[in-house]
Amino acid sequence: MTAPRTLYDKIWDDHVVHQAEDGTCLLYIDRHLVHEVTSPQAFEGLRMTGRKVRAPEKTIAVPDHNVPTTAGRDKHIDNEESRIQVEALDKNAKDFGINYYPVSDIRQGIVHIVGPEQGWTLPGMTVVCGDSHTATHGAFGALAHGIGTSEVEHVLATQTLIQKKSKNMKVEITGSLRPGVTAKDITLSVIGATGTAGGTGYVIEYCGQAIRELSMEGRMTVCNMAIEGGARAGLIAPDEKTFAYVQGRPHAPKGAKWEAALAYWKTLFTDEGAHFDKVVTIRGEDIAPVVTWGTSPEDVLPITGVVPSPDDFSGGKGDAAKRSLDYMGLTPGMKLTDIAIDTVFIGSCTNGRIEDLRAAAAILKGKKIKVKRAMVVPGSGLVRAQAEEEGLAQIFIDAGFEWRLAGCSMCLAMNPDQLAPGERCAATSNRNFEGRQGRGGRTHLLSPAMAAAAAITGHLTDVRELMAEKV
Amino acid sequence: MDKFTTLTGIAAPMPLVNIDTDMIIPKQFLKTIQRSGLGKNLFDEMRYTQDGQEIPDFVLNQPAYRNAQILVAGDNFGCGSSREHAPWALLDFGIRCVISTSFADIFFNNCFKNGILPIVLPQDQVDVLMADAKKGANARITVDLEAQTVTTSDGQSFRFEVDPFRKHCLLNGLDDIGLTLEKAAAIDSFEKKVATLRPWA
Ligand code: SF4
Repeated sequence: MTAPRTLYDKIWDDHVVHQAEDGTCLLYIDRHLVHEVTSPQAFEGLRMTGRKVRAPEKTIAVPDHNVPTTAGRDKHIDNEESRIQVEALDKNAKDFGINYYPVSDIRQGIVHIVGPEQGWTLPGMTVVCGDSHTATHGAFGALAHGIGTSEVEHVLATQTLIQKKSKNMKVEITGSLRPGVTAKDITLSVIGATGTAGGTGYVIEYCGQAIRELSMEGRMTVCNMAIEGGARAGLIAPDEKTFAYVQGRPHAPKGAKWEAALAYWKTLFTDEGAHFDKVVTIRGEDIAPVVTWGTSPEDVLPITGVVPSPDDFSGGKGDAAKRSLDYMGLTPGMKLTDIAIDTVFIGSCTNGRIEDLRAAAAILKGKKIKVKRAMVVPGSGLVRAQAEEEGLAQIFIDAGFEWRLAGCSMCLAMNPDQLAPGERCAATSNRNFEGRQGRGGRTHLLSPAMAAAAAITGHLTDVRELMAEKV
Repeated sequence: MDKFTTLTGIAAPMPLVNIDTDMIIPKQFLKTIQRSGLGKNLFDEMRYTQDGQEIPDFVLNQPAYRNAQILVAGDNFGCGSSREHAPWALLDFGIRCVISTSFADIFFNNCFKNGILPIVLPQDQVDVLMADAKKGANARITVDLEAQTVTTSDGQSFRFEVDPFRKHCLLNGLDDIGLTLEKAAAIDSFEKKVATLRPWA
């Protein structure tokens, strides 16, 4: 009998090509996702050395980070530098013969939404991308993490990555969530509890009843932000929900291969008694709808709370909190629900999937926004089409939201969708860093339902109050 | 990639914790398709006003630190995005070594790929180096990769740990891809094995 292994151990073991004496491994990569911002220098490197893409059939490219999300972008992109990057990706995809979803394709979208949607992401795989939110794919029980551009080049050339194994961390969410509490609140609460460096050196496996009860969309939201807690990757063991989501997707296995895959996927769980180096347990019932008040994703508080004071923190964190509060223009002691919002952004690889749009639309139905502007950017062209079919798009439009084309958009504001200095935004994305959504812009992270609630009241709002109104 | 053996240089103190990659190189500079030229925009939003004037208080704008080659920083340096533009910008500015109590994972990896040495030391030792860096241009810190030591301007020396493989690559300026391609046969046979074990992959 082999010793009990974690899910991470199992996937790792099945992908080691070579192990050096010091433990450094060459790990085989099953899927490599590529976008326009972190890949040009890698392809350039291949050209300069005369190297080819080793496995073009396992390499998938899509422009998402800096594409405009307004009509006409398939004809022309105004910003010259963005256009150059998108054109470079068009050319690189063609020259190197890799799978490609250009902006003109309805399947185009944020790379972490397109991968699962098209069935490229499958349980037990290793998935990498030159983007830190690659952890999203961990929701399928795939070992997925972000890499830098030099590593992108390495994977293109060799289909492997030089890696040392991380430690195992278990994050268990017991019990069920209360009404109005979502996957986003779980993942923010975990970061609030562990800090942005709490996961450094670890791969997290999320488990427990509350995780099991999440849909695949919700699980992707949870894993998406593993990196915000410093972890290399987040994983959730695949189950019937996973298999049901995957089955029938364009690149999912079919027929006999499906049966073989299913048999293997069912072995992908942490064995009884396997060792975790760190365990964090949170009761699902204790999680409230949360928002961030500062400029780090760990600056999380329940919506019922008040803005903290720098004196509440010790060490370097006190100074950081002071800087955050200055930047955010907030006064200690102020109620979070008194914070007025200018702009609402619903989208990103964290919360740009159909379930997120449904949750927001449920709150918005029949209401009008009280903020200056509000925007929905679906995670992919297919999510957008489905939302139109379900009548969600009309609800957003009637409420006063802009209904955009797919892309990263205001999550990182590399395209024209940016905040002005001092503009305050309630955002369903994943980073509230200084300047993330535009220089001087102020970001509060929250769930889609909470973002919708802020949109119709004009200030941060406890979504549970609006839900109570409904019944 | 340039070799890294020993380095004696000015160290700039940046005690702020959680310095993220958006601070190191804001996204408007990610639209380049080259690796070089990012140094002038390193820490752009902390370093310049909206209309491009230098902010005199910012450490790298102070005369003593304009030629810094080392950064001594607060916890969790380099958190946030995977952008390799962060180490490219540091390198282009002239920074070859960053010292902190902890680094974000991807940033840490990216440094080694670009000839930058990230050094992790315990809090009390980082505090000593921070104090030394605050002395300004006359205080030069020495980093010796072979011996794995950092030495302050007044001769106090600390030993640091570094992964042997990464040390070897840095000392010799070796390119990872070339090294991996030497193992092409192992990759071939792995692919053959998987084609029967997991034919759907
Ligand atoms: S949506 Fe935001 S976090 Fe996700 S891939 Fe795009 S830029 Fe990165």
